[in-house]
Amino acid sequence: MADVIAHHEFDPLSTGSPRRRILSKSAVYALLIVFAVCYLLPLLIIFLNTLRPLQEIVRTGFIAWPHEVSAQYWGEAWGSFCIGGTCEGVSRFFKNSLMMAIPATVFSTAIGLVNGYILSKWRFRGADALFGLVTLGVFLPAQMTLLPWAFVLGKLGLSNSIAGLVLIHTVQGISFTTLFCRNYFLNVPDDLIKAARIDGAGFWRIFRRIILPLSPPIIIVTVIWQFTGIWNEFLFGAVFTSGDHQPITSAIVAFSGSGTGERHYNVEAAAVIMAALPPLFIYLVGGKYFVRGLTQGAVK
Amino acid sequence: MSSLVINDLRKSFGGVEVLKNINLSAESGEFIALVGPSGCGKSTLLAMIAGLESVTSGEIRIEGRLINNEAPKNRDIAMVFQSYALYPTMTVRDNMSFGMESRRVPKAEQAETIARVAALLQIEPLLGRKPSQLSGGQRQRVAMGRALVRDPKLFLFDEPLSNLDAKLRIEMRSEIKKLHQNVAKTMVYVTHDQIEAMTLASRIAVMFKGILQQYDTPQNIYERPVNKFVAGFMGSPTMNFLDATISPDLGVIVDGGDGKVLPLQDGQIAGLVAGQKVVFGVRPEHFSPVEEKRAERKGGRSGVVSVKVDMVEPTGAETILMTKLAGQDVVVSCEPDDMHAVGDEVTLAIDMTKICLFDPKTEARL
Repeated sequence: MADVIAHHEFDPLSTGSPRRRILSKSAVYALLIVFAVCYLLPLLIIFLNTLRPLQEIVRTGFIAWPHEVSAQYWGEAWGSFCIGGTCEGVSRFFKNSLMMAIPATVFSTAIGLVNGYILSKWRFRGADALFGLVTLGVFLPAQMTLLPWAFVLGKLGLSNSIAGLVLIHTVQGISFTTLFCRNYFLNVPDDLIKAARIDGAGFWRIFRRIILPLSPPIIIVTVIWQFTGIWNEFLFGAVFTSGDHQPITSAIVAFSGSGTGERHYNVEAAAVIMAALPPLFIYLVGGKYFVRGLTQGAVK
Repeated sequence: MSSLVINDLRKSFGGVEVLKNINLSAESGEFIALVGPSGCGKSTLLAMIAGLESVTSGEIRIEGRLINNEAPKNRDIAMVFQSYALYPTMTVRDNMSFGMESRRVPKAEQAETIARVAALLQIEPLLGRKPSQLSGGQRQRVAMGRALVRDPKLFLFDEPLSNLDAKLRIEMRSEIKKLHQNVAKTMVYVTHDQIEAMTLASRIAVMFKGILQQYDTPQNIYERPVNKFVAGFMGSPTMNFLDATISPDLGVIVDGGDGKVLPLQDGQIAGLVAGQKVVFGVRPEHFSPVEEKRAERKGGRSGVVSVKVDMVEPTGAETILMTKLAGQDVVVSCEPDDMHAVGDEVTLAIDMTKICLFDPKTEARL
């Protein structure tokens, strides 16, 4: 079940004459390289611009090799650039995003695990209908929920606060995490639960001692999914927060409209990359497990 | 004292009744086998005894206590699953201590119990391993070990050997028998394998279509099955059923043949009427060469028949002949040394003391 099975991928290009193998492999790699370049080039251009002085960008244009290289714009973007009259860079918005994304990820994953456990192992009359309703949230456009959320946040006194965003993202995320966890737990044999019940374990003991230890693959999937989703989310942040309480995705927009007339392309570029780093980091660390976790149980 | 009593037990899923009016009781220390083809309700019955399925009506008592609505953990039972259901993330030791831990047994006592059971089952070297590092037979032992640390009133086994290969299955079968002799606890054992049931059980409950067909000792089930289903289910190769008629002198004439009368024993003719249609049941091993006079040596009578061999299946220990007797299919088991070839006409004696007669309509034994 949760055992990781090391197996060799089927490779249809590994047979045949040497000529055919070399030709077919080179065709595949050439195509892959073309796509990789198309995809990575914009990222490279943005990155190079973070190192160039503003005058140089203005003079030679956005797409050019840097002549003078300096890391100072990264420092400015992080700590001293002026946005909306406050000269503290994006660091506080970065912290806001962390304060929002980490708790919301933890809460939505924890609730999803318990939901999935109940909906797969402690089935009750109407469990499938309830599951259907929960997963409906996956297909509901976020724009549709703006007005209800505005109402709820207003009632709770959480407007323009990080706590409000945590609440929104936790609730919005439950659909996904429940869907993932429930389907994953369906592959846990029911006999384990029966054996544990005869052994005298109750609802929470079974969850803690049997279900949770089997869950790392799906926890990794939901954490990556939730964290990147919440971090990159723009709409709720832009609508429900302003000023000091914005997450980084919404705050970066303020760069373009800073009102001074002069665009600091190099600092903007550095801030954009900073905003993209955490999801990128999470994906690089956990991407392997992500794909494995998503496909686990799909074949068996 | 009866350790397990089941009275008028019924179970319905939706509108479908899967168990009908089950009555069963087991004395303390007995080994009961629930046997039947898949879908007969035997596993459901076991799950109801374990408390994993609710009771629709009727009652289940363990040592006199009504447990219909008790939680599984309060029934004082232990269960071994077909899939073993070992907790995959725990070591063998943790698997065995999990139940005691849930029950708040002191640590020292846990260690002592595990040591005792591990020694009994010879699994001491495996205690630190995870289930995925064990072979099928070792998992089976650990699953039994987990049940044994409980010291319950009742052991439940749900087809525990069906995931093992043939050789290991026979080994583990005798281990379970030995275990039962050692611990002397009441055991209820579900299987679809009639040989397991015959070899292990002190009494067998044969189930079919949710109905308890017969509940008796293995010998009685085999020799005096109550109906055609039980007769056909128990025994391998299965019993032959031939259409036949009762002769005027109260013998048996196989339909479609030369009208030769096979003599019945005195005890078998009560209630029979000349001309009555019957199903004549003979087990493959009750055919023998005429000159052996197997029935006569016991003071019984033989019925001599002539069969035509269609196919020969040597199994080593015995040879199975697929034959035609008066145009009806008959399976005969014979000594490998009796070299019969396809197409041969063979004259054989049927041990008439062992035969069964069934009513063709009700299928009950006459």
